[in-house]
Amino acid sequence: MSISRKAALAGVYEHPLRWAPHKTQYQIMAESARGALDDAGLSIKDVNGLFTSGVGGMGIIALAEHLNLNPDFLDSNSIGGSSFVSHTAHAAAAIAAGYCDVALILYGSKWSSDRFAVGTGGGGSGDPPEQFEGCYGPTTVGDYALAAQRHMYEFGTTSEQLAEIAVTTRKHASLNPHAKFRDLISVDDVLASREVSSPLHLLDCCMISDGGGALVVTSAERARDLRKKPVYLLSAAESCAHTSAGVRDITDAAAKQSGPKAMARAGVSQSDFDMAMIYDSFTITVCITLESLGFCQKGEGGSYVQNGRIGLGGELPINTDGGGLSSNHPGMRGIFLVIEAVKQLRGECGERQVKDCALAFCHGTGGTLGLRHSGASLVLGV
Amino acid sequence: MADGKKKPNRPVPRVDEESRPFWEACARHELYVQKCRACGTVFYYPRAFCPENLSQDFEWLRCSGKGTVYTFTITRQNQSSGFRNKVPYVMAYVELEEGVRMLTNIVGCDPESVTIGMPVEVTFEDVTPDVSVPLFKPAS
Ligand SMILES: [Zn+2]
Repeated sequence: MSISRKAALAGVYEHPLRWAPHKTQYQIMAESARGALDDAGLSIKDVNGLFTSGVGGMGIIALAEHLNLNPDFLDSNSIGGSSFVSHTAHAAAAIAAGYCDVALILYGSKWSSDRFAVGTGGGGSGDPPEQFEGCYGPTTVGDYALAAQRHMYEFGTTSEQLAEIAVTTRKHASLNPHAKFRDLISVDDVLASREVSSPLHLLDCCMISDGGGALVVTSAERARDLRKKPVYLLSAAESCAHTSAGVRDITDAAAKQSGPKAMARAGVSQSDFDMAMIYDSFTITVCITLESLGFCQKGEGGSYVQNGRIGLGGELPINTDGGGLSSNHPGMRGIFLVIEAVKQLRGECGERQVKDCALAFCHGTGGTLGLRHSGASLVLGV
Repeated sequence: MADGKKKPNRPVPRVDEESRPFWEACARHELYVQKCRACGTVFYYPRAFCPENLSQDFEWLRCSGKGTVYTFTITRQNQSSGFRNKVPYVMAYVELEEGVRMLTNIVGCDPESVTIGMPVEVTFEDVTPDVSVPLFKPAS
């Protein structure tokens, strides 16, 4: 059974706050839910599928209670930042199977105001594989840096090339009124920012903000009668990558497994996309993900991102909202990949609108490139 | 500390039923990986079965302790206890002569001198009287 065009994104909402010490996590989620349901022209009482992550083991039940929902379908798949990309695919499958009709995907976080050191805190040392990691001082930044260092060694990728990703993304953020960092930066600014874990500089790293968002997914038929132009889910695929018992090539991402599968399932190829949302926890994440997805050859990510190719007006504009590098990153940002892609496909992006946008790719990476991570790919179209 | 015991200067790995032979060997300052007798796969980290075929017929392979740096990072910021005062330190994957890569630290040299491909050899740090962790230093 194919889920292609069986379900559509009918409502999206990105919470405008990047700093919300005066709100609770559930409050951010409820405000986002209201925003996305308003966008779709639906009410909370229409919702019968609930999806979330970042709320703890059984937190989805507490969230349902907080929203006074009794959904027919619950899914709190937690595979890191890509979770919400995965939820979108799972929601479409559940809708296609008749398990629910209106799915609400929610995220809210206060990782910034809670001062959670997600990037530079330590790992655990209990259950395997952390038993063989925690004693060596892994950090999120350091884990990605391991992949970056090897990529530079094998392919000659430079810090200047990676910086280009941060510079382009900032340019996009300058066109997004809600983005946290909107002042333009240069390659030199990135290189001059302090090194957090070699070879990654501070401006190679995403921020930590507060924030949240919501998606409403429903059947294609129902979406056609709602407030906004439906954005159809054409295909999806998931994957994960880890140390593979000691032999994995660290310069490959899980995207290599899920990306081509998602494109094949939709019957499209890399050159068909008008834009892409590529999870940008770090500049190296974008470089390796673009290669793994096949937008360029392996090892060519560094040169691919140069000369405006990934900027607005370029061959493949990516992260037009300003990404995690410049707009927001409340610990996990998968939901914002889908929100921005939907807005682009609807033509709602104002100054940062990609012209005639009809086909978009989203790829979420959750976890770390250096140790283990998930990949979730979506093809969206109108 | 009140009981006079020294606080471990890095997180202590939990020794469990699957990893006990590995950590017991480390405590003797010996490095082992595993090799499946059914399919020949050499694997790390330690498990109670071969990750290729779930066979429990494996042997423990004593490593030469020699390898090369596969990749590394000089960590300059880590807020967690045990590492806050260790920065800058080098976290790395070392590719062992036996063919598998392990996460570790490179010690005994200036962090800035570490390069990919650099020959290294194992050394052990006693974290507690019972648990030692394998680290690597430039090959002599
Ligand atoms: Zn085997």
